Amino acid sequence: MREHAIKVDKLTRKFNGLVAVDQISFSVKTGELFGLLGPNGAGKTTTINMLSTLLKATSGYGEVAGYDISKNKDDTRRSIGVVFQETALDIKLTGKENLEFHAMMYGIKKAERKKRIKEVLELVELTEKKRVLVENYSGGMKRRLEIARGLIHWPKVLFLDEPTLGLDVQTRRHIWDYIKKLNKEGGVTIILTTHYMEEADFLCDRVAIMDQGKFVAMDTPVRLKDILGGDVVSMEIEGEADLLIDQINSLDWIKNMARHDETLSLTMEKGERRIPELIHIARENGVNVTCVHLRKPSLEDVFLHFTGRTMRVEEASQTERNLAMIRARMGRKR
Amino acid sequence: MINKTAIYVLWLREVKRFLRAKSRVIGALAMPLFFLAFLGLGFRKMSIPGMSGEVDYIRFLVPGIIGMSILFSSTFGGLSVLWDREFGFLKEIMVAPVTRVSIVLGRILGGATTALIQAILILGISFLFGFKIVSISSLLLALAFMTLIAITFLGLGLIFASKMRDMQGFSIVMNFVIFPLFFLSGALYPLDNFPVWLRYISKIDPLTYGVDGLRAVLIGVSSFSTLYNFVLLAVFSSVMIVLGAYFFEKSESV
Repeated sequence: MREHAIKVDKLTRKFNGLVAVDQISFSVKTGELFGLLGPNGAGKTTTINMLSTLLKATSGYGEVAGYDISKNKDDTRRSIGVVFQETALDIKLTGKENLEFHAMMYGIKKAERKKRIKEVLELVELTEKKRVLVENYSGGMKRRLEIARGLIHWPKVLFLDEPTLGLDVQTRRHIWDYIKKLNKEGGVTIILTTHYMEEADFLCDRVAIMDQGKFVAMDTPVRLKDILGGDVVSMEIEGEADLLIDQINSLDWIKNMARHDETLSLTMEKGERRIPELIHIARENGVNVTCVHLRKPSLEDVFLHFTGRTMRVEEASQTERNLAMIRARMGRKR
Repeated sequence: MINKTAIYVLWLREVKRFLRAKSRVIGALAMPLFFLAFLGLGFRKMSIPGMSGEVDYIRFLVPGIIGMSILFSSTFGGLSVLWDREFGFLKEIMVAPVTRVSIVLGRILGGATTALIQAILILGISFLFGFKIVSISSLLLALAFMTLIAITFLGLGLIFASKMRDMQGFSIVMNFVIFPLFFLSGALYPLDNFPVWLRYISKIDPLTYGVDGLRAVLIGVSSFSTLYNFVLLAVFSSVMIVLGAYFFEKSESV
């Protein structure tokens, strides 16, 4: 088996001079579940579109399942399954007809087709709804159907672009389970994009954090969070705190401390085990602790760490960039 | 180069969608039938200059209305790529491992089939208005002309679709391309009444030969010979299909 399912070197895409993806390089091992995490407009979808041959790269090299994405498009296409960010189903056809359309486009013979469609329908639990027009499906059912469709032709690599966008919490959990199962039991290499931190955290073996077309960090979720040094314990305090602060600073397991008015933010490992000790020290120094809050670092904090901005702030500023990008793309077509 | 299964399934999709959308079928038939009914009845007693005396206006009109129906449905059929883009389904088609030529052929076959179904329905209904054809065999020749008209304008629709991002330019295409093509073709009146310069413009409208060819085979009265119409229309349709495929292939699908 090939060691790497994907190899990308300095891949770049510009739209009328605006750089959407800026010289990214990475590789994904066969069987890995790799995540692209970043705010809207970071360039995740453009990356997926290039790797799935829908967009030409402006420059750089990409290889999927051993095939050059720009020279060997048909073989690349045969090796991949794609679930796009926006629904790409024909809503005037039934669920089964959508699957049949796909299987025939991929040249699967009739007997095999019947069997395979039955299998994937069972996998996503849509067998009973197969004769219903897709326009009557719920958002979650549509997503499941698309995942099933992406799998019909036994792809080596599956691209999932924001697979749970706009779905309710329960359905999201459900989809996560499918994705995990596909990857762990089916052995399919999966690349997913998301702007939900907890999704990347829960699903991915490795995550690349993307911002303004570039990778700002790439590692396992655990290691990315380790960079931050551990949990954050915030304590609201009453009373003269100078002595307490001196003593806390002298503790070797405190990695970082910050004070905002009456709140102390302390970084440490295994925060939940340290809280009783901290309260005890505070009491000894005549300080009353009125509120304690423990926060495990999320990838949100990692994003903040690497870019100096939170994702939400970033998304607001991205709106301008997105509009400019859309204008550039519209202009290109006129 | 050609993926037969892919062409078949693309065709099948168009036909299924068409047959399921009852309102679309009725809507597509309504306008040509209104034209046929009101113009046919309204001008029934008129003698129109430039038309040989022994032809009723309704007989003159029916081939024109059939041409009109194919013009509209085929151009829309080509433009329907934009709907697929809007609803995302275009990506599903474009990411499949089939040659782009097969995708274009599948679309054209599907579009031509639905356009022909509508045209045949109109022809059938026109018999109720007293339309008569010269012979049964002329129906086969008429089908050939209808197919060529459909292919020509599906190609035109594909060209426009690849130049537009969304359906916003739709009314422009409608008002500045489709209607002029329709009026220049002589579907409603003999072109002999046009001033000379306008007659020259008519000669670069493919629908002119489509309508005249249909008249030649269905009612036996025409400005040009059947063969002349057929050859010119065949050239137009080949050029359009090649251009349509070329532009479709070059346009990016996302």
